[in-house]
Amino acid sequence: MLQEAQTKRSSDIVVVENLVKRFGRFTALNDVNLSVRTGERIVVCGPSGSGKSTLIRCLNRIEKHDSGRIVIDGLELTDRMTDVTCVRREVGMVFQSFNLFPHLSVVENCMLAPMKVRGLSRPDAHERAIGLLRKVRIHDQADKYPGQLSGGQQQRVAIARALCMQPRIMLFDEPTSALDPEMVNEVLETMVELARDGMTMVCVTHEMGFAREVADRVVFMDRGGVVEEADPDTFFRAPRTERARGFLRQIIH
Amino acid sequence: MFGVLFEQAADGQRYIDWLLSGLGWTLALAFFGWWIAFAVGLVVGIGRTVQNGMIAALARLYVEIFRNIPVLVQMFLWYFVLPELLPNALGNAIKQMSPPWGSFFPALVCLGLYTAARIAEQVRAGIEALPKGQTEAAHALGLTGYMTYRYVIVPQALRLIVPSLTSEVMGIYKNTSVALTIGLMELTAQARQISEATFQTFTAFGAATLIYLGLALIAYQSMVLIDRAVRIPGTTPAKDAIEPRLADDVQPVGSLPEAMEVVK
Repeated sequence: MLQEAQTKRSSDIVVVENLVKRFGRFTALNDVNLSVRTGERIVVCGPSGSGKSTLIRCLNRIEKHDSGRIVIDGLELTDRMTDVTCVRREVGMVFQSFNLFPHLSVVENCMLAPMKVRGLSRPDAHERAIGLLRKVRIHDQADKYPGQLSGGQQQRVAIARALCMQPRIMLFDEPTSALDPEMVNEVLETMVELARDGMTMVCVTHEMGFAREVADRVVFMDRGGVVEEADPDTFFRAPRTERARGFLRQIIH
Repeated sequence: MFGVLFEQAADGQRYIDWLLSGLGWTLALAFFGWWIAFAVGLVVGIGRTVQNGMIAALARLYVEIFRNIPVLVQMFLWYFVLPELLPNALGNAIKQMSPPWGSFFPALVCLGLYTAARIAEQVRAGIEALPKGQTEAAHALGLTGYMTYRYVIVPQALRLIVPSLTSEVMGIYKNTSVALTIGLMELTAQARQISEATFQTFTAFGAATLIYLGLALIAYQSMVLIDRAVRIPGTTPAKDAIEPRLADDVQPVGSLPEAMEVVK
């Protein structure tokens, strides 16, 4: 029994313990615990202001936590910048507002980090970038600039850009919330494919269809804490807490 | 009217040659001063935006000192005061530099460092105008602080500030005229010398004015070309981006009477 617990522990690629994050006097995260196994797909949901974005922004130290521990793939996130950079290399992130670099073409967006951080040669980085742009079906726009693409296309480029670093985990921070409705699906399809390939994913999203389809676990947050954790079937059919029931009623009419 | 410029002066040259020689010093001062200003301004401007409090404070100090002392006073400080503050041997060596260089170098350093403080503020404004998501995305990809500035932040910030750098380019070449106070025979000094030699004040300064004006137009045009050359495809030029917003602003004005009635 103990052994089993230990092997389970060692395959946890993300471990969050007693995480606290404050913004001034506002406590955004209050004693959050979470673990993610390699290959697991987690969907984090909850009302706005519940701390879900803050949580995944802490996972690659875009946001510094105030107390508690975050261990990513065996490395604890502290003030030591070398560790932080190591973690960031292995953790890809996709933002709500895409955050592509507007002064670089699509393919250059994808080549920058592999060349500068991983030390790939220009031809190698180019080949990898084109390969991943093809995977998100946007390789024919490789030489355009982000400003010339639609929102959905930009978000797919952002996914390809993160994948070019060959991360072990992908974080998605409401990747479809800034998109026009007709572009949501193209991005979700890309994410579903990624999940099918076995990528470890932590997604903050309100797309419950996506959660149902690919998530291994749904984490429901409210007021800075994890309120409920369950497999999607159980969560959507029989949420245990009143808060989760209220939330589900609101997003599914 | 400008005929007198082609007459021979006491030294055997024509007056126009005096003007052209002055123009040469003006251009040299503005050109090399600009590169000093740009290089120092870029570093100091970046310094103002970094996390490290010590570096940010030093950069701030630099800007406050060099921006808030009149350029004429700075000119005197570099020319008259600095050699006295340095060790004797070095101070004397500076004082004994042969004529044009003895004034040229202090003027160059003065204008370069003064304009640098102004450029630093533009660079800082450009960096702060960028969305925070750019830095976050760069960090999330594992880029270090230096790489983030080098490949993501600075290239975008510089594009943003090309229009305001235009006025700094024009500023530095106009400020070159202050160098006449420490004896550099640049364009304004030569114009004054011609006016004193010929008593044709209007002609002498009129010619200088036209030359300054021509330079301003050239500087302006080159910056417009640079702005166009570095523009990011898929983005609208600043002017077009503003105009639709102006159109939007017109509507609330149209509905203002109703709003005022409500106030009544």
